Amino acid sequence: MATIVAEATGQAILHEEHGQSFLRKYIFSTDHKVIAIQFLFTTLFFLMIGGLLAMLMRYQIAWPDRTLPGGGILPETMVSSGYILPEFYNSLVTMHGSIMVFFAIMPMLVGVYANYLIPLQIGARDMAFPRLNMISFWLMVPAGLMTLASFFVIGGAAAAGWTLYAPLSGRPDLSGVHLGQQLWLMSLVVLGLSSILGSVNYITTVINMRAPGMTWFRMPLTVWALFITAILALLAMPVLSAAGIMLLFDQTIGTSFFLPEAGGQPLLWQHLFWFFGHPEVYILILPAMGFTSEIIAAGSRKPIFGYKAMVWAIVAIAFLGFIVWGHHMFQSGMNPTLGLSFTISTLLIAVPSAIKTFNWMGTMWRGNLQLHTPMLFAIGFVAMFAIGGLSGIFMASTPVDIYIHDTYFIVAHIHYVLFGGSLFALFGAIYYWYPKMFGRMMNETLGKVHFWLTLVFFNLVFFPMHGLGMVGMMRRIYDATGYQHLQGIEDTNQLITWAAFGLYASGFLFAFNFFWSLWKGRKAEANPWSATTLEWQTPSPPKHGNWKEIPVVYHGPHEFSHPDVTDKDWLAQNERPDVTSPAHTGPAPQPE
Amino acid sequence: MRTDPWKSVTAVLAAFLIAACGGGDAGGEAEGEGEGEDTAAAQVDPATVGTISGVVNFAGTPPAPTAIDMSEEAACASAYPDGAMSQEVLVQNGRLGSVFVRLTGVSGAPAAAGNVTLDQENCRYDPHVLGVQTNQPLVITNSDDLLHNINTTPTENRGFNISQPRAGMESTQRFQFPEVMIPVRCDVHGWMHAYIGVVEHPYFATSGADGTFTIANVPAGDYTIEAWHEEYGTMTANVSVTAQGTAEVAFDYSADMAGAHVPLGEPLVIRHGEHGIEVERSTRTAGAGR
Amino acid sequence: MPVDWSLPPNLSTQGVPIDTLFWIILILTGIAFVLVEAGIVWFMIKYRGREGRRAHYTHGSTRVEIIWTAIPALVLAALGVYSGTVWANIKSDRSFPDDALTLRVVAKQFEWNITYPGADGELDTGDDFTVRNQLHLPANEPVVVRLEAEDVIHSFFVPELRVKQDAVPGMTIPVWFEATGTGDFEIACAELCGLGHYRMRASVTIHDPADFQSWHASQASGS
Repeated sequence: MATIVAEATGQAILHEEHGQSFLRKYIFSTDHKVIAIQFLFTTLFFLMIGGLLAMLMRYQIAWPDRTLPGGGILPETMVSSGYILPEFYNSLVTMHGSIMVFFAIMPMLVGVYANYLIPLQIGARDMAFPRLNMISFWLMVPAGLMTLASFFVIGGAAAAGWTLYAPLSGRPDLSGVHLGQQLWLMSLVVLGLSSILGSVNYITTVINMRAPGMTWFRMPLTVWALFITAILALLAMPVLSAAGIMLLFDQTIGTSFFLPEAGGQPLLWQHLFWFFGHPEVYILILPAMGFTSEIIAAGSRKPIFGYKAMVWAIVAIAFLGFIVWGHHMFQSGMNPTLGLSFTISTLLIAVPSAIKTFNWMGTMWRGNLQLHTPMLFAIGFVAMFAIGGLSGIFMASTPVDIYIHDTYFIVAHIHYVLFGGSLFALFGAIYYWYPKMFGRMMNETLGKVHFWLTLVFFNLVFFPMHGLGMVGMMRRIYDATGYQHLQGIEDTNQLITWAAFGLYASGFLFAFNFFWSLWKGRKAEANPWSATTLEWQTPSPPKHGNWKEIPVVYHGPHEFSHPDVTDKDWLAQNERPDVTSPAHTGPAPQPE
Repeated sequence: MRTDPWKSVTAVLAAFLIAACGGGDAGGEAEGEGEGEDTAAAQVDPATVGTISGVVNFAGTPPAPTAIDMSEEAACASAYPDGAMSQEVLVQNGRLGSVFVRLTGVSGAPAAAGNVTLDQENCRYDPHVLGVQTNQPLVITNSDDLLHNINTTPTENRGFNISQPRAGMESTQRFQFPEVMIPVRCDVHGWMHAYIGVVEHPYFATSGADGTFTIANVPAGDYTIEAWHEEYGTMTANVSVTAQGTAEVAFDYSADMAGAHVPLGEPLVIRHGEHGIEVERSTRTAGAGR
Repeated sequence: MPVDWSLPPNLSTQGVPIDTLFWIILILTGIAFVLVEAGIVWFMIKYRGREGRRAHYTHGSTRVEIIWTAIPALVLAALGVYSGTVWANIKSDRSFPDDALTLRVVAKQFEWNITYPGADGELDTGDDFTVRNQLHLPANEPVVVRLEAEDVIHSFFVPELRVKQDAVPGMTIPVWFEATGTGDFEIACAELCGLGHYRMRASVTIHDPADFQSWHASQASGS
């Protein structure tokens, strides 16, 4: 059944390409590879914007007594007499978080790589629903325009934190933000739809369109991660959309879901938001874990250590991810008994993450490590994510969380997992799959420089924040210098800001490499990394329809350095073997 | 699928970005973007206008001003070595200050000339009561090098809530519709209050500490004049203005006109009632144009 | 690093188990940190790709998986039980002191209004008095704060007392603590509440119990 569907769609795709206009081929394309690249350009742009907002914030934190150079180009409602205003600072904080999570990291992990890799890695010609896929991308455009526009309306952009706690977010008279918050909520609802449609596509494709021989446990870990992520998104995003609509109603048509004067509950917002928000952060990390597994196996020339354990760890993280949301609310005023139950589930979820970390190390152990740029970023992921995960244990313990909640300790944790984790893995993924996407290699020397600069600056920015949290520096603070318990933090904040500028600048080195290589990069062969998964067994870039003939799969995804394969150290998944080890790769597929 | 089209897509995107950054503006700033220019005053013919000169009397014993505890803001507290006192009722020698007076029933008035300033100094608004014409620029300045916010809560106009964290900051706002009076408060310093009267014509004034006020360039005619005080409410009088003459008017307030005297902004007891928190503290006063 | 890597001085009975837990977690995570990071660096050096070298083919080891699942799980479970005990000693109904000085703290944009009981020692009677932005406390006596908010969510945070509790409009949330020393500190608002959030501070003065009585008496009669 699955193969018939796959072939039917495939034939349709192969026949439709002839005589398409530029507009249909590259702008309103239904080809998953084109859509993925559209997502890539869009998300890189938003990554740059989100970073710019952070630079403005860091300037303010480091030098609260100084005017902003060039601030005069901004309107008086943002920068007055050269000083960033507190209400604008709150918007910067809010929109930095929101844009990074919803317009940069999540769509880069999913919109780019789920789209690009799933059909190629499972041996399909395209997604199950190519037109739905196209709609999913184009929904991001109005969402992005609304978000950017929200800066320029009266009252400015949303300013209640990316977490939008009510009643501050629902009361324009208390926050000063009117239309900006509403635009952001509408943007979120549209993005939610984009994400839900995408999830439907990814789940259906993985279930129905795997090539012959591609059993569940022969799928690359990237596909497993993206598949489970899609299920998380399908279940979690509607909750955010619903909550967002309820908040919009509170602001516009006089409902009181979250406003206490007429019987609403501010805590309801928090429960709804975090019920979405915690699975969301696992959406943000699981694909990154998938890429890391892929790249580390290929870079170590070894199979992944404990493939099945890795799969079950992904499933465990996803499942447990739905029952830990209250750890964001330990100090919120909810019933303290819930503090106990959420502590237990939160500590439990550290276990599968630990398993994965040890398995990545086990993969590197006794490997033949090829330390190219993607591998450096993947190893960097493991090293940085470990720190982020370990810092999470402090806040999982409710009594310790009493002290560190809403301090920079949390900011450190967030950024170690989201930047040190997700973004490092994304950089690795971009360098790794760039040759497949564009048919050229990115410059390896520039890539290594980018990696080392990023690693050093990143740690200089975020590691000291653990210390700032320990001394009690609160989050989202426009100017912390007036607090008695925070005397003496100026030096640290200035160091962090200088390092942040360096970190942002390193991003431009990456951008230069990315764009320059489109024209001048060394032409790439089909399999520059000598990797085993199916996407490397077709030209770089693949033709429309991906394969001349749908491949047949004989092996697991990471058959590197098999002792019986003597002419090379890798065995492609679709390579008809002379020797195969049935204990690891399963029996050969039966003819259909 | 070849890479070449992606180069043209990239080039198009780059061109678009450069055009957008170069040509874009931060359009749609909040209403009240400062211009600081004087709007042209209509020509006034001195032969047709007169002056209103008035006094606001106060009979009886005024309530004693209460002390404001500014200890939380050392920079301001040090400006009042004898302690800061509340400003709601300013009585000197039987005269009442900070009374806002305006003519009512006037139509076809000239546009406003110049700006009106509201300053924040030593954690007080200066002036405490002021008037501004519709669409006349109100320039708000901060003379304290610390955070004040200016939070207005009008009912007829669009309000604003802006911050000024440093000395020397300035913001220009305008009100479009007549409204008497608009409360202004600072949320960082709970004792700071002011009132703004928005009038569609320029014939208004605020009585000084000596209880007197003057309204100049009033076209000859018969008018009703209304006085407003934040504690003692409103009263009206009639006045006839002759060309090149001075009309005199007096208002007689007395101590028994007010409700219970509640010092503004000082929190009293906060009770947890059946409908939530009840605060016995007045942030608005009886009467007077809400 | 220039910043002083330490927790602020602890002046609270609850702070002792909180700080102890913090240091225990720091030691445990520190060990894990060193093992993981050093391991990664060592592997990168020792197993660096070399000409003629071949990786060791293995799909893993179930025994090893079980070991490195069980050890973290046991450690984390123990940590969970310990944390739960400390939490219950702070938050459960039975841990709240009887006959403690009870204050009402109401947070609003951007100030803290603290209502003290009057001479009769009871809140919500006619002789209560409210002071803006000044929290006065006796040392070595338990205090219960009824935390409320007028407009948006704020958070009552006194670092040296290791106290933090969100103040939610529509709710009255009880918080208790006992100071173990005197001094001058601050309440910081720890939940974004608008443009003045960064300035929403109040002074905290912890007195000797006798000093506190005389301060309280003078305020109660003067109002």
